[in-house]
Amino acid sequence: MNRIIISNYRRHVIVAGTVVFVTLAGALTACGKPSSGPSNAELTLYSAQHQQTTNALVNGFTKQTGIKVNVVNGDEDATTAKIEQEGAKSPADLVYTENSPWLEQLDQKGLLAKVDASTLAAVPKQDSGASGNWVGVSARISGITYNTSKLPAAQLPQSIMDLANPAWKNRIEIAPAETDFWPVVSSVLHTYGQARTLDWLNGLKSNAASNDNVPSNETLAADISQGNTDLGVLNQYYYYRLKTEVGANAIGSQFAFFAPHDPGYVQDVSGAAVLASSKNKEAAQKFLQFLTGQPGQTILATSDSFEYPLATGVPANPQLPPLNTLAPNAVSVADLGTGEDAKALLQQAQLL
Amino acid sequence: MNAGHSTHSAWPPNRIVLTVLGGCVALCLTAPIAVLVVDAHDAGWPEIRTVLFRQRSYDLIANTITLTALVCIAAALVGTAAAWCLERSAVPFARLWTGVLILPMAMPDFVVGFAWHSLWPTMPPLVAAATIMTLSTYPLVFLPVAAALRRCDPALEDVARGLGTGPMATFVRVTLPSIRGAIGGGVLLAALVVISEYGAFEAVRFHTLTTEIFTEFQFEPRAAAALSIPLVLLGLVAIGIDAAIPRRQSGFRAQARTGAAGRPSLGTRAVRTLTMLAFAATVTAGVLFPVGVLFYWMHQSRRSTLPAVASLATATETTFAYSALSSAAVLLLATPVAYLSVHYPSRISLALQKSTFVPRAVPGVIVAVTLVYLSINYLYPLYETSWLVIAAYAVLFFPLGLVCVHASVGALPREFGEIARSLRRGRVYTFLAVTLPLIGPGLVAGFCLVFITATTELTSTLMLAPAGVKTLATQFWAFQTESSYGAAAPYALVIVAVAVLPGALLGVWFDRRPRTSHPGWRTGDLPIAAPQATTSVAAASDRFAEPMP
Repeated sequence: MNRIIISNYRRHVIVAGTVVFVTLAGALTACGKPSSGPSNAELTLYSAQHQQTTNALVNGFTKQTGIKVNVVNGDEDATTAKIEQEGAKSPADLVYTENSPWLEQLDQKGLLAKVDASTLAAVPKQDSGASGNWVGVSARISGITYNTSKLPAAQLPQSIMDLANPAWKNRIEIAPAETDFWPVVSSVLHTYGQARTLDWLNGLKSNAASNDNVPSNETLAADISQGNTDLGVLNQYYYYRLKTEVGANAIGSQFAFFAPHDPGYVQDVSGAAVLASSKNKEAAQKFLQFLTGQPGQTILATSDSFEYPLATGVPANPQLPPLNTLAPNAVSVADLGTGEDAKALLQQAQLL
Repeated sequence: MNAGHSTHSAWPPNRIVLTVLGGCVALCLTAPIAVLVVDAHDAGWPEIRTVLFRQRSYDLIANTITLTALVCIAAALVGTAAAWCLERSAVPFARLWTGVLILPMAMPDFVVGFAWHSLWPTMPPLVAAATIMTLSTYPLVFLPVAAALRRCDPALEDVARGLGTGPMATFVRVTLPSIRGAIGGGVLLAALVVISEYGAFEAVRFHTLTTEIFTEFQFEPRAAAALSIPLVLLGLVAIGIDAAIPRRQSGFRAQARTGAAGRPSLGTRAVRTLTMLAFAATVTAGVLFPVGVLFYWMHQSRRSTLPAVASLATATETTFAYSALSSAAVLLLATPVAYLSVHYPSRISLALQKSTFVPRAVPGVIVAVTLVYLSINYLYPLYETSWLVIAAYAVLFFPLGLVCVHASVGALPREFGEIARSLRRGRVYTFLAVTLPLIGPGLVAGFCLVFITATTELTSTLMLAPAGVKTLATQFWAFQTESSYGAAAPYALVIVAVAVLPGALLGVWFDRRPRTSHPGWRTGDLPIAAPQATTSVAAASDRFAEPMP
């Protein structure tokens, strides 16, 4: 009798055990698959750039050279922190950021390798790192994205400084945690100095009220288009990308520049570099060469990126006003530096 | 399995083994906190001072506390009211309601957040955040309270009413003392969830310490570690408050009541209808509305230029793998801790058990940061592998699993093990053939609870998942941050779909009632029928802070 009961238990236990085992084994195999590391012939790219464009660039590169590139996407501040944490052990060969300050930061820590001279020569000298350790790839311009039904073009602010006036109370949104905003702060600081910049930031914070820390630039662009707010300070391409996504009929916003040479009218550079710790420097240099050469720059100009290619002779997307017709504030890549001063001010204004 | 005879002062070997095992588990789970302190120390005082001791931090701490208090009160009210209505009134379809009422917990908070924000962008952030968090945490109160109510005899309440005590006074003086432990345990979990939530607040633009940590982490990881120290303190305060709530040992077991027939009928037909309407409204706000918005997004969908890193199938597979493995890991780790505190209750075991709750107060991103730190410095082969994600989930969701395991182990009649041993069965055999089947349902419940929660995990996954690996949550997030709502929606819908089965299973399990006063353990169906163990699973929180001898 006892035996029969026990064998009954045993059967149940075996069945239950098998189910658990099979489930876990399935989970384990699913889990083990992605962790196979890249082989030596492959490159690993830490990219903070627009994923769509990065993918197009990487595919073009692989097609041309046969070298496979693993892309790890992330925000540029997080990516920079990651590389600093990984140090000499970093699996990355290349880093590609949206704004120059992060490359400057990595360069200061001695984490970048020299870029080949021929690659540097492909773009204007002032658009790459002074040390020659990173190369400029594309340019981006900050300006006003505004909702066309809430704000007639005639009422647009001429200067970014105006946005701190109480007249804009509850009519603007800002995304200071997004690194695109930092070069703008650096530009204002460069033009007007510490005290006035801090006042201005306090004004912005008060005007933006509960929308003083919108989670992303894409969200901000969508908010403006939907009419949740009148305007926001964004780089030019957010408007164009959103228009591509939702269609020209569905978009409720428009892009405009500030008055010529206004501190809010900033040209910043997106660039790339080879890491000093890379074990595939030769192949990695080839990637930089591709990015700044005709094929890479053409992909930039014709994709959904809507950034300005830097190499001479490659025209920008025809929807954009040509780069040489623009009049940004005179702040150089060197003036923007590592962005530390912008961060400190944003913290003082309690925006970060 | 050894009964805690304290005939002599020396610890029995079982107790030593369990204490060592439990200690190791507690040590592993609290390691992130230790790393956090080291990391904060490395960042240096100047950096910590700039981020921690300034107006913004004070504002954010105030925000966090206000919101946590609001949600705790609201979740306690909603959860208790729902449980009381269900257990003490003759609401039709009680079991169905139980299953449905816990579903809001399975909804990813960030999805609910975006749904609400897309409909009312001007909703005050505090109101939006409080509403969303109440909806997602009241089941944590509802489940244990329902179970506790089921175990108290309603006859006591009837007697009180018969003696002329008003309904409110009866509730406060008779019912509440028996369920306040359960309420406390549920509210504690809710508080910890609120303290560490990120996605939903980001969506409705409510800023807490946790959202700030996420921002700060982006550019200054070590300072972020410093910012999370107040969160750990807040978590400790919550745990302390919960421990201070007096528990009453419920000396009266419920008489067997089967189905709605045994429940006292509450009020008129109108009252019952109102109750059902309230239930329906809650479920609509917590589940149907966000799901509706997801379908709306899909319908509106225009093309997304963002390529999907992971297809729906791949992301589902990854989510499944991460969730299943971490649920299994949690159960494995929770078993010695639960055994220790049930069989050898002491200050040490209580401290071990409580310490495992602390990491829950820390945002997932911080647990992730500490794991990155540990793996880069000491365990490099594990860096950028899925194992780190699973480890993070195990640390974060351990308390949920422990609650269930603890309850089943606590409900296990010790005699069974002794009988098995008297039949000269080996220890392993006894465990496999007797103990495991008895605590099995509780383990399954724990597995489901951890699994559901893990499928919606976002922040630590964002940080730890290896290159090119996306879960449903992170792929949704990737699309959503690019405002590609149409492309994002299917991933969220799969999360919801994946959660429905374990969610319903949980509901049914928690709703099982004791069959008769002599529990129906016919030897033949022992492995599948262990009613006491299952019904009291949710009452675990009630047992957590029982006064220790």
